[in-house]
Amino acid sequence: MYVYILKRVLAAIPVMGFVALFVFLLLRLTPGDPAAIIAGDTATPEQLEAIRTSLGLNDPLAVQFFNWISQLLRGDFGTSILSGKPVIELIADRMEPTISLALTTIILSVLIAVPLGVIAAWKQGTLIDRFVMLLSVLGFSVPVFVIGYLMISLFSMQLGWFPVQGFRPIGDGVGDFFHRIALPTFTLTLLYIALIARITRTSMLEILGDDYVRTARAKGLPETRVLMHHALRNCSVPIITVIGIGFALIISGVVVTESVFNLPGLGRLTVDAVLSRDYPVIQAVILLASLIYVVINLLIDIAYVLLDPRIRYARPIKPPPSPRLTASPRSCAPARSSFPARS
Amino acid sequence: MSLLEIKNLRIALNGDEDKQVVKGLDLSIEPGQTMCLVGESGSGKSLSALATMGLLPSVLKPIAGSIKLKGENLLEADAARMRSLRAVSMSMIFQEPMTALNPVARVGQQIEEVLEFHSDLSQSRRRTRVKEMMEAVHLPDVDKMYESFPHQLSGGQRQRIMIAMALVMRPQLLIADEPTTALDVTTQAQILSLIRELREDQGAAVLFITHDMGVVSEIADDVTVLKLGEVMETQSVDALLRHPRTDYTRALLRAVPSHVPRMARAAQSDNVVLSTNDLCKTYGGGGFFGKGREVKAAQDVSISITKGRTLGIVGESGSGKTTVARCIMRLIDPTSGTIMVGGTDIATMSQKELKPQRKNIQIVFQDPMRSLNPRIEVGQSIIEGPLNFGVSRDKAMARARELLELVGLPASAVDRFPHQFSGGQRQRIAIARALAMDPDVLVADEAVSALDVSVQAQVLDLLAELQERLGLGILFITHDLGVAAQICDDVLVMQHGRVVEYGPAAQVLGSPQQDYTKALIKAAPGRHWDFANFRPFSDAAE
Repeated sequence: MYVYILKRVLAAIPVMGFVALFVFLLLRLTPGDPAAIIAGDTATPEQLEAIRTSLGLNDPLAVQFFNWISQLLRGDFGTSILSGKPVIELIADRMEPTISLALTTIILSVLIAVPLGVIAAWKQGTLIDRFVMLLSVLGFSVPVFVIGYLMISLFSMQLGWFPVQGFRPIGDGVGDFFHRIALPTFTLTLLYIALIARITRTSMLEILGDDYVRTARAKGLPETRVLMHHALRNCSVPIITVIGIGFALIISGVVVTESVFNLPGLGRLTVDAVLSRDYPVIQAVILLASLIYVVINLLIDIAYVLLDPRIRYARPIKPPPSPRLTASPRSCAPARSSFPARS
Repeated sequence: MSLLEIKNLRIALNGDEDKQVVKGLDLSIEPGQTMCLVGESGSGKSLSALATMGLLPSVLKPIAGSIKLKGENLLEADAARMRSLRAVSMSMIFQEPMTALNPVARVGQQIEEVLEFHSDLSQSRRRTRVKEMMEAVHLPDVDKMYESFPHQLSGGQRQRIMIAMALVMRPQLLIADEPTTALDVTTQAQILSLIRELREDQGAAVLFITHDMGVVSEIADDVTVLKLGEVMETQSVDALLRHPRTDYTRALLRAVPSHVPRMARAAQSDNVVLSTNDLCKTYGGGGFFGKGREVKAAQDVSISITKGRTLGIVGESGSGKTTVARCIMRLIDPTSGTIMVGGTDIATMSQKELKPQRKNIQIVFQDPMRSLNPRIEVGQSIIEGPLNFGVSRDKAMARARELLELVGLPASAVDRFPHQFSGGQRQRIAIARALAMDPDVLVADEAVSALDVSVQAQVLDLLAELQERLGLGILFITHDLGVAAQICDDVLVMQHGRVVEYGPAAQVLGSPQQDYTKALIKAAPGRHWDFANFRPFSDAAE
């Protein structure tokens, strides 16, 4: 098992290397002179030269890359062109709102979506199932900003239950934190409930037809035990995958939601940086997002091992074992690819 | 009073009276007795069992009749009552022990779960009881086994776990749905004797569902024969095997392959169409992190088939017989050795060099449901090969029609899709597809194992007939000694990747020299019966 985890960690290193190379080349290979892009239209030749020297643009590419990587490894992500502050500080400031929103959204979604999906699969074809599916279609198809403004209009303007906008760190008081993060969470959670409920339902439907579910029933077990212990545990792998990827997506930027509710998160930092061509910030944000994806994928892989003993003990017992024993868990691939690319 | 009494049971699709799949089953079992329910696929034997357990899929509904367990009508019991009867008064074991166990739960806990919900025992008492039960089904090292996951056990061990799970509450009725069909013969013999033993120890009645007359002769007291949902006859096993009352039962018994090997036919020619010399296949060994474990799937396999003759490779799962077939087809690359097809060594050829050789050797796979592309017409499947070798489409299609007639299907079948055919018909199509290339050698990898016994007999006859007409050399891979005895001229027995015994069928199967071959033959169910002549072999000898 430790060998498996070690292999996964080692495999993540080249991935991050490629991402770093890509991000590095992004600035260097953009058409035109990066210094000119950075300096803007009104810069004098002396200013351009100064920027070139400070960025090391006169060195060979390999040397530049090496210097840049070693800076990164020392935690130096450069300085924002727009604000003049170190990039690392900018990002650190924006992390808390984003991570808070991601956590509240995912936790709430899982708590609601998994039971919904299980019940929908169990009662396949009934009114309950159709209601869950309808909810899921709505969650997928109604744009986040529409839901956001509807929530504000209903809960803030008319009922006055929640503030319209803004964010309070959890350190300033738990009550206030939840009071302010509630609406953005509700807004975003609809999409994730739709997604997770759907995946849960699909995997459960597949598993409920399996022989061991019939065995569990033949043992005279209560239906809740059959569903939760025998069926749900066996579809935890695709569900965990979707939850993990969903979490990574929120962290790497929920631009619309953050804009609607005026949350000072990473999404808005990214948009601002792109609009003002703040390359050091863009680079750092891409690197960070990639790192988050890699780490979460790593955690998902480790979760597989914990949840499915067939992966834990996977070693060649017989020459060509049945494909179901060794193949990576079912239904993961569609889960990843069907993820909507907007929030 | 009978323990289980089924009267006029009718099960229909969506409760629709015109779509009955079980049409008036009557059956009764006394305590301590084993009733075999025999029939081919679609006979409704499994559905009747599931109805008894209350586990029918929701689209199927019992529409008439009664199922009485100790006088209580199970069709009228509510869900809670059924739950309390399952595992306590009646339990069931299934065909495929791999999929019937939850893959992510420890096997000991899966047995213990039954006690958790059906008894008041404390956790430590439960655990002790589970281990006693695991010992009763002769599982080794129960402390370790308790903590194991299903994929760590062998097929036989998994089925033992299933049996322990079914019997831990000492139910009076055990329903066994083809419990040994997925197992090797030696394991099958052990499981059958275990079921017999537990039936005696626990005094349980057994409803045993099978399609295998050999198994019936080993385990049944009484037999009920089903065909398409209707009861053909019910008799004691001896009476049924000696004096079947219906034509259907007679036909079923006649189709059972005899274990007496056929006499070797005179060689048509000494033209060797396929031979291997010291063929080896080793898996593993490489690996990114150090050296992986090597598995020698086939070692030093040397065979030779002349024109018009059949070599059978028999062995249990993991013996390497399929590995040999795949190497010969070059579907996998052999590690060493030579494969001569019509005088050319194909063992080390590149895929490009191999292509022109492919037409000389063709394969028919086990599962006809999965070996034809469901989305393309049968005719297209058949002509695909010839088209690749430059035959014109019209000519190939004309040949496809001929071939379909040759294998006993109408020529018009070319325009139909695989799902419009039965399993046996599909296997005929697969054979036609292989023959479309005019091969010298046909490899049949368990080609009749997925078929019902009467269909199996037809396909075997077809192969024999084609062989005579076309002079094919056939390499026949099978786990079934009866089938091997029926159609092979020569037989090669494999175990753990090694050749145990190789010679004429009459010699290897008739008077085996090696202990392993003897054990295999001894384990084959029904070897004492000459089913086709309705008598035991001991009578024939007198």
